[in-house]
Amino acid sequence: MIFTFVFRTSRKLLELHERKKHIRNLHFKFYPNTSSLVSERKTEKLNMYQAINQALDITLKKDTSAVIFGEDVAFGGVFRCTVGLQKRYGSDRVFNTPLSEQGIAGFGIGLANCGTTAIAEIQFADYIFPAFDQLVNEAAKCRYRSGGMFDCGKLTIRTPCGAVGHGGHYHSQSPEAYFAHTPGLKIVIPRGPVQAKGLLLSSIEEPDPCIIFEPKILYRTAVDEVPVGHYKIEIGKGEIVKEGKDVTLIGWGTQVHVLLETADIVEEKLGASCEVIDLLSIIPWDAELVCKSVRKTGRVIVAHEAPKTNGFGAEIAARIQEECFLNLEAPIMRITGWDTPFPYIYEDLYLPDKWRCFAAVKKSLDY
Amino acid sequence: MVIYNLFKSISRLSSVRWQISIRHYCYATNVTEPQYIGIKNIFTNHLKFINAENYESIPIYRILDPAGQTHFLEENKLKLDDKTKIKIYRDMMTLNMMDKILYESQRQGRISFYMTNIGEEAVQIGSASALMLEDTIYAQYREAGVLLWRGFHISKFMNQCYGNIEDEGKGRQMPCHYGSKDLNFITISSPLTTQLPQAVGAAYAYKREKRQACVMCYFGEGAASEGDAHAAFNFAATLSCPIIFLCRNNGYAISTPAHEQFKGDGIAAKGPSYGINTIRVDGNDVLAVHYATKAARQFCISEGKPVLIEAMTYRTGPHSTSDDGTLYRTSKEIALWNDVAPIRRFKQYIQSLGIWSKEQEDNLKIIIKKEILDAFIEAEKKPKPHWKEMFTDTYFKMPDHIRDQMYSMEEHLATYYEHYPLKTFQS
Repeated sequence: MIFTFVFRTSRKLLELHERKKHIRNLHFKFYPNTSSLVSERKTEKLNMYQAINQALDITLKKDTSAVIFGEDVAFGGVFRCTVGLQKRYGSDRVFNTPLSEQGIAGFGIGLANCGTTAIAEIQFADYIFPAFDQLVNEAAKCRYRSGGMFDCGKLTIRTPCGAVGHGGHYHSQSPEAYFAHTPGLKIVIPRGPVQAKGLLLSSIEEPDPCIIFEPKILYRTAVDEVPVGHYKIEIGKGEIVKEGKDVTLIGWGTQVHVLLETADIVEEKLGASCEVIDLLSIIPWDAELVCKSVRKTGRVIVAHEAPKTNGFGAEIAARIQEECFLNLEAPIMRITGWDTPFPYIYEDLYLPDKWRCFAAVKKSLDY
Repeated sequence: MVIYNLFKSISRLSSVRWQISIRHYCYATNVTEPQYIGIKNIFTNHLKFINAENYESIPIYRILDPAGQTHFLEENKLKLDDKTKIKIYRDMMTLNMMDKILYESQRQGRISFYMTNIGEEAVQIGSASALMLEDTIYAQYREAGVLLWRGFHISKFMNQCYGNIEDEGKGRQMPCHYGSKDLNFITISSPLTTQLPQAVGAAYAYKREKRQACVMCYFGEGAASEGDAHAAFNFAATLSCPIIFLCRNNGYAISTPAHEQFKGDGIAAKGPSYGINTIRVDGNDVLAVHYATKAARQFCISEGKPVLIEAMTYRTGPHSTSDDGTLYRTSKEIALWNDVAPIRRFKQYIQSLGIWSKEQEDNLKIIIKKEILDAFIEAEKKPKPHWKEMFTDTYFKMPDHIRDQMYSMEEHLATYYEHYPLKTFQS
């Protein structure tokens, strides 16, 4: 009797768990911050959208020219990143625009041309492509083509990116490589609340147009101790998140957590140690840090959610090959999304998850 | 306090009730007032499609007729002083003569590319003369006259076209992509219409700063087909930005005639649909363009809202030096427009006023021609900037990877210098 009850209940719980798993499958475990790039000081517990909200709040308070605009930012944004800001700073500083990405980007460039701090939101990175022309042909080239007379350095584009469990084609993309091919733009991707706040404040204050891709799956799931007040993480600097000596694992955004877990599994199952690098900045990227690590380990795996062909991993691999040719003990491996559109029901099989990364490390060590 | 609040809520409730009863009384039939968000309208029982034919075409505002006579007393009423009238004429002539000389120089292979402004002098000078220097200009590429009016020296046009060491753009862009910080003229770029939403952003910044200035944004009727135009009109209206959109409707986008560009009543008809104050002017009438722009500026600044001006004109010259205009239009058509050319029309007018003579005309031509040719020869002689300028200004500070590439080029040149035109660059 009791046995049947326990059996039924546990089966129900298991079913519920399975169903829940179907709604949102977290393919990673969040590793809290251990950053050496942010000096220790007073912290508070925040998730990533709250940390972003705080960075925006600090900016609006400090810089009276700063404005925030985009689709649905006035009521707080579809991911709550701008919540409360319009109430605090007024509708001329935090406002909705018509639904047009090319308009948002162009409008932001114009504001920045006049010295206004322009923080634009593109609702999903998947919808940044209508603004591609404005960003690639205009924002990126503004300073260069005018001989330095004009610029739009005060422009920052914030946009949610990456896999979210069920985003399908147009709520999952990681388009950083498209923009990395464009001289004049700076691109950053945080791996959690601490990095999001520091990189966002840097992007806003950088005298060049910046795009910050925010992995949307981290908005609520990533909770960490975030330094109170204003601080910055330098653009162009990567970070060694975990030290190791046998293989270098390179990633950014959510993938860093996948790689950290991979490193733990490798240590447990193979007894080897992995060095995990968070690139943080895609352009300009910290080749020096990466190459130094590869010279030490001789083996390297680059992993990203975006498709393989022409993904930013290709650039990293080529550069490592140029600079560390004599140190390499195994071919550079790229574990990435497949060269297909981002699929809906196949997401678990599409992502460069810890088992695909683990397999690559094993292969590299056995080479 | 409690009693006060109670009283307030009761009175609010009763006023709502009163409104409901009024509404009920007014619309006792089954046709009620529409409650759709964002549209103020009435219902109709009449099934009817709305099209351009249901509207009257927007008329073309004109002051000077082709014989140079003022049709209206307006010109006397508005009073443009004689000195300004002569500067208008002088600048239109200068632009026209500079175009002819630079066009020829491209034909001789001395500069790589050029775009003339012939036939559109009035749109440029007429509008520029109605603006103030603190008004920012975002242009397409056929607006050299605006810079000329603002005091961009002839030598600066030449320096840019040659990409020599004096070019503030450091020789990085094709000819005719002018820009000037001092003259508040944002550097031109080739992608069409991108400047429109940017200009709206700049206008928004002006409004927030409470500057007594507006933004002027020029574009052609072809450019108006781009998505950026739609974005810009809509943003300018919804975000209430003090901007003048000035469309040069010159009949052609390279070879594409305007009737293959749109089927409605031109560009002007789009304005009201976005909620933008709109006017269509005779673009070959410098006075009409001037006064329309002046009124638009006043409205923009006082109301903090956009204005759209469609200036009807004709591109008498080819699209660019890479284009032969006679392949897709007849010389008869071009000749027709020469008869109503803006310069000729305005000359007749100032002559009729007695402030311009044949003698002055001959003198002016000699002086301008000399000025242009002198500047041209000077610009041709100057070296190009140092080759390392190829790497600067990509970012505010040069990142390591670009610095490495610059060094690698330097190293390469140390060995292979003789294969490169290094002598033409400053060392």
